[in-house]
Amino acid sequence: MYSDKVMEHFFNPRNVGEIEDADGIGKVGNPVCGDIMQISIKVKDDKISDIKFRTFGCGAAIATSSMVTELVKGKTLEEAMAVTNKAVAEALDGLPAPKMHCSNLAADALHNAIKDYLSKKGGTDGEE
Amino acid sequence: MDNAATTWTHPEVLKVMLPYFTENFGNPSSIHLFGRRVRGVVENSREEISKLIGATPREIIFTSGGSEADNLAIVGTAYANESKGKHIITSSIEHHAVLDTCKFLENRGFKVTYLSVDKYGFVDPDDVRNAIRDDTILITIMHSNNEIGTIQPIQEIGEIAKERKIYFHTDAVQSVGTLPIDVNELKVDFLSMSAHKFYGPKGVGALYVRNGVRPVPLIHGGAQERKRRAGTENVAGIVGMAKALAIAHEDMQEHTTHLVALREHLIKGIFEKIDKVRLNGHPTKRLPGNVNISFEFVEGESILISLDAMGIAASSGSACTSGSLEPSHVLKAIGLPPETAHGSIRFTLGRGNTEEDVDYLIEVLPMIIERLRAMSPLFVKDA
Repeated sequence: MYSDKVMEHFFNPRNVGEIEDADGIGKVGNPVCGDIMQISIKVKDDKISDIKFRTFGCGAAIATSSMVTELVKGKTLEEAMAVTNKAVAEALDGLPAPKMHCSNLAADALHNAIKDYLSKKGGTDGEE
Repeated sequence: MDNAATTWTHPEVLKVMLPYFTENFGNPSSIHLFGRRVRGVVENSREEISKLIGATPREIIFTSGGSEADNLAIVGTAYANESKGKHIITSSIEHHAVLDTCKFLENRGFKVTYLSVDKYGFVDPDDVRNAIRDDTILITIMHSNNEIGTIQPIQEIGEIAKERKIYFHTDAVQSVGTLPIDVNELKVDFLSMSAHKFYGPKGVGALYVRNGVRPVPLIHGGAQERKRRAGTENVAGIVGMAKALAIAHEDMQEHTTHLVALREHLIKGIFEKIDKVRLNGHPTKRLPGNVNISFEFVEGESILISLDAMGIAASSGSACTSGSLEPSHVLKAIGLPPETAHGSIRFTLGRGNTEEDVDYLIEVLPMIIERLRAMSPLFVKDA
């Protein structure tokens, strides 16, 4: 049911873990639907210099988390903000239809991490 | 290790079925030789099956499987008795063939009480007694649970139903062919069974209906099954079902002993090798081949994919495998928090499984769980 690319990322996930002195942390999902994703980033010169994820979830949840970290590592914050959940799914050669909503939230976690960074950096003008 | 989902067709079963696709292709309703030839085998099969569950041949209605049997018992009883009352009692851990059928009736003016279960998944017979109202027409409680294997006190509930003169149905799809079943001991009026759960073919099952009980038919047309279920009989399927049940009963005791030994070996192995696990269902009052384990901090589908890559088939209580967002209603009903329910795996052992299989599973499972836990944000938080 999953593409080869999904399976490849599931079995060899990129950038697993948590950055200890992260500049921004983003979290999405809830235990009821069975997916929780957490992304931590390190930012240097407005670029994502390092990124790591931890995910509790199904194969799609783990693969999308892995893929989004790969897609944005080294990219500018602006470029990273432009990455959508749909783009992540496409980069994985698609996801089964039922997974498109419940398990395809990795870009949201990334965006939350960036917003977290911006709010910390900019004082109180970011969103909480 | 997913034998509760389905089993293969036993070679001896297939062998007795094959002639009914070719030389004995007749329609049992036909008067001529071809028809008469197969009418006899359908009736012999009915007799064989009825004997093995302590019933008489007239009390067996062949169906397309367990789901149809459940539907016939529940919808058929509801519509046959709606002038007497519209209340049905069931449990919160039934198979969807029962639960969704009850919901169907609820949407059409019937009232349904869904009894809760304890942490092992047992229905309390006193709860059944207390739920009975003047307008209760049917009690439907499964014999054993398909997910966690818990075997219900059906006989006790049957006594209550009999005393209060309320029809009693049990979905015994997971039990028939695995556990000894006697409809009179259990005091049931209806009992559902399905051939493909006991090494028979898919697409055939039966409903036991106590003599004198008349559910309204669901399928109308011909006079087959004494006008209780229209449609040309699935002759090969019926023959196969009877053979499969006969084989199951030949070595039931021996087979159960084997499965229980494997089950206990597997449970022990998992508990020794992996921490933060829990066994769902009752330690002993469970189906001989059923092992249902929650692995904290990880999600079931991820475990299944990983197991599949190692050549092991199992199933999970996770939403991801069922197409809904909510985890299993059974695991929820026994009180598991959602994240624990999502990390639950059902291994169901069967005739093909050996001690080597179980050892192999115990060997690979710790690595799989460890890898997934290392990725899990829950594990970091709670460790």
